[in-house]
Amino acid sequence: MSTPFLSVRDLRVHFSTEDGMVKAVDGLSFDIEKGKTLGIVGESGSGKSVTNLTILGLHHPDHTEIEGEILLDGQDLLAASERELERLRGNKMAMIFQDSLASLSPYHTIGRQIGETYRKHTGASKREARARAVEMLTKVGIPQPDLRVDDYPHQFSGGMRQRAMIAMALVCDPELLIADEPTTALDVTVQAQIMDLLKDLQQETGTSIIFITHDLGVIADIADDVLVMYGGRCVERGTKKEVLRAPQHPYTWGLLGSMPSLEGPVDVPLSPIPGSPPSLLNPPTGCRFHPRCTFTEQVGGKRCATDQPPLELTAGRGAACHLTAEQRAEFFTDFAGTRPN
Amino acid sequence: MSSKDPLLDVSGLTKHFPIKGGFPIRRTVGAVQAVDGLDFTVAEGESLGLVGESGCGKSTTGRLITRLLEPTAGTISYRGQDITHATRKELAPVRSEIQMIFQDPYASLNPRQTVGKIITAPMEINDINPVGGREARVRELLETVGLNPEHYNRFPHEFSGGQRQRIGVARALALEPKLIVADEPVSALDVSIQAQVVNLLQKLQKELGIAFLFIAHDLAIVRHFSQRVAVMYLGKIVEIADREDLYGNPRHPYTRALLSAVPEATADDTPARERIRLVGDVPSPVNPPSGCRFRTRCWKATDKCASEAPPLVRVEGSREGHLTACHYPEDTQTVPAVPKARDASSGPKLDKTTEDPKAGA
Amino acid sequence: MFRFLIRRAIGALVILLIISAITFVLFYVAPRDPARVACGKVCTPETLALVKRNLGIADPLPVQYWHWLQAVFVGRDYSSFGNCPAPCLGYSFHNREPVLGTILDRFPTTLSLSLGSAVVFVIFGVGTGMLAAVKQGKMLDKVASSASLIGSSMQIYIVGVVAMYYLADQWHILSRPKEVPFTESPSGWFTGLLLPWLVLALIFTANYTRMARSQLVETLSEDYVRTARAKGLSRRTVFFRFAWRGAMGPIVTIFGLDLGVLFGGAIITEKTFGLHGIGALSVKAVGDNDLPLLLGVVLVAAGAIVVFNIIVDAVYALIDPRVRLA
Repeated sequence: MSTPFLSVRDLRVHFSTEDGMVKAVDGLSFDIEKGKTLGIVGESGSGKSVTNLTILGLHHPDHTEIEGEILLDGQDLLAASERELERLRGNKMAMIFQDSLASLSPYHTIGRQIGETYRKHTGASKREARARAVEMLTKVGIPQPDLRVDDYPHQFSGGMRQRAMIAMALVCDPELLIADEPTTALDVTVQAQIMDLLKDLQQETGTSIIFITHDLGVIADIADDVLVMYGGRCVERGTKKEVLRAPQHPYTWGLLGSMPSLEGPVDVPLSPIPGSPPSLLNPPTGCRFHPRCTFTEQVGGKRCATDQPPLELTAGRGAACHLTAEQRAEFFTDFAGTRPN
Repeated sequence: MSSKDPLLDVSGLTKHFPIKGGFPIRRTVGAVQAVDGLDFTVAEGESLGLVGESGCGKSTTGRLITRLLEPTAGTISYRGQDITHATRKELAPVRSEIQMIFQDPYASLNPRQTVGKIITAPMEINDINPVGGREARVRELLETVGLNPEHYNRFPHEFSGGQRQRIGVARALALEPKLIVADEPVSALDVSIQAQVVNLLQKLQKELGIAFLFIAHDLAIVRHFSQRVAVMYLGKIVEIADREDLYGNPRHPYTRALLSAVPEATADDTPARERIRLVGDVPSPVNPPSGCRFRTRCWKATDKCASEAPPLVRVEGSREGHLTACHYPEDTQTVPAVPKARDASSGPKLDKTTEDPKAGA
Repeated sequence: MFRFLIRRAIGALVILLIISAITFVLFYVAPRDPARVACGKVCTPETLALVKRNLGIADPLPVQYWHWLQAVFVGRDYSSFGNCPAPCLGYSFHNREPVLGTILDRFPTTLSLSLGSAVVFVIFGVGTGMLAAVKQGKMLDKVASSASLIGSSMQIYIVGVVAMYYLADQWHILSRPKEVPFTESPSGWFTGLLLPWLVLALIFTANYTRMARSQLVETLSEDYVRTARAKGLSRRTVFFRFAWRGAMGPIVTIFGLDLGVLFGGAIITEKTFGLHGIGALSVKAVGDNDLPLLLGVVLVAAGAIVVFNIIVDAVYALIDPRVRLA
């Protein structure tokens, strides 16, 4: 519709380790519009978390090589100075993490940690910052916020800590919120509470959200658009409906086939993806999914092992796979028929 | 199932962890009531799922049954033999028949031992010499769990997370157990790998007739894997039933809320189930609510719930074997037993007619 | 906190009682008899018995220990010295001086030596460790790490003698060690002890460099440090307010234990520089077979360690709110 609020173009993030060069992200592009939620789905080692740390500039500069472009509201983040990034972080863009116990400082009260962000970016006094922290805790639904503001993180339950982390991220009304598996460590009932909270807050503030998860169910609940990552690349993109109703990539089919459901017949084996996720030290040639893909024969000519399939998008929809559109339609129908639900 | 004697019979199982404190002399000042009066059975070859949120006592239950923890009260019978307080010696023959699989495939394998050694260890400890030798047996086990028998001499760090969990399964199988207590066996694994391990366990249950106590927080995986399911809340079982009944006709408000909170990978705008949002957190097991422990978060709670703990019984409208601990059970009508029909364009699920799971029962 | 201190104080008392009892027993297990030494060359059984009675070691061991305890807690009347009020540590076998007085005389030297060198090694050690952690893997880090390795393998009796020779005698940069009371001349006190401080600090500094570096390297990779950066806080703020806060605990622990040990006397350092602190006194007590003095210095050394242990635990609770004292 409009110009994207965040635009990532051909991002490559490689970092050197003792074992060699890890190609964590390898040519990734995506956009997010204002007020929308992009769900990024992927398993461990898919590059989803690295991508988002790179957006905030939180990678280790000495060991990391970055190419490409990240534009936030027109500003090139990869060219920005550390000072400029510090001004943006926590202010225009904020992040919440998976493990709320490890991600909050055990040495400072919740109120101080929330207020600190506010003071840094607004120059508010201690008293104002504390008042703002109480206001934020109220907003995220912490009971007795004026008392709990002086508690330490370990005195909060997991769900409350995640609420406090959301309060901390949103204290300066950021325009972009990156949520890295924020509900993975939580119980389902608490997960539902946190997702509702995020949706409500988004309605209220118009924040754009990048929501990283491995759970397609969570994606279905919260995302507008979906990006499926595998081995540091995007293998499929589209709106939530497009990706969940008619997925185009064999990896996405595999993910869906791996998840049992609460409905439908039981006692049918799941259809998992064979093998394990690739090592990014030595990623497979061609299509990175080809060693685990059951459709390479249908492409023929061993192209999957040699040529990297391009991600061709029409109106933001597409998948990076050598199968033809007709083949995909046919195989997907077969696959859907054997799904356990 | 009910015609046979159960393989495992648990009654009144209780575990309280003492809390030390006081001044000037430290003494027991309270107890974490982790598990409080559980009754359930596991039949031969059956998988019983134990679900609940963190802190509900499901893992403690698993550890009590494998006797890694000493119960405070109650009895555990295995094939009619009371093993609640059995000594090491008395337990020896039973111990090989009850095995455990752990959640963390990284922490539960000794990094300094080869896979062969890890899987052989239970046979050595119990002095079991299979025909053809232990090594041949280990190779056979590796093949059973889908690993290359040639990897006998490799170390755990050479395997991926999913493969390590397979090693854990092979170790559990080494003594030809009749019952495996699986404590969150797949929750540390990637989605695509979870399915591999679930399929493996399902194959073992069917082909080897091993019974499972399957402890997990993922309701969909439990439904997929377990024929009967028990829901725990704050140390107590609130509902237990065959999976068709539990998922299709949940009678306890907590079960219903739990099911409604599970996000499903569908692109439908209207969710299949009515959403119930529980408020607040699970109360502390040190000082659980009086009466029904769920009452502080229940939308139906009355004074009766605070004064009287509801017994785990068959409530009106439930089928045989479907027990619910609630004074005001949910109506059978409010939740459709059959998933709502959705229009044919709405995704992969509907390329196949969804059948009522109860139809065949 | 109060309850914690009470409970720990009781525990400390028990530990000190046990240690004094063990010292008592060990002293008599040793083959040398203090009475025979004091009795001199011409020693008849009668004089030996008399000497034993005079030294108060004629009684059975438990009775002797009981008398010693009584002296400590309620004081004691000695036939030869008169009344000795509590806390009475008795009189030296060797020079008949009151033990408590001797120890109190010597303590300022030990206190000055310990605190002065502690200031030096904490500032240099932790400072270098911080720099090394920030410049992880760079030249500075490598130099600091190697230097700390060399430093920790040094021996005071070599470094001390060499330093004294060059820095004091040859080049006259520092003055030779001497004991000037702080109350008399603060500057004399300072210059007199500077050399021992630096030499004693040398071996400790290395430890603190390594520990500060490894602790900080660990806390810098903690999730909460990443969160603090994600909030837009500057590297400097994140380093001191978050990473350093997390690294402090273990450093404070070791620092407390080191101070405890130092307060019990730095034997080698005192001997090397000819200082008269608790360390030198304890060597003398052992050499003289002087039981009351030995018990006294052992009690001081053990007491220092026990007290600093309690202080460390209390400080730890202040640093880390997750540690609750009960």
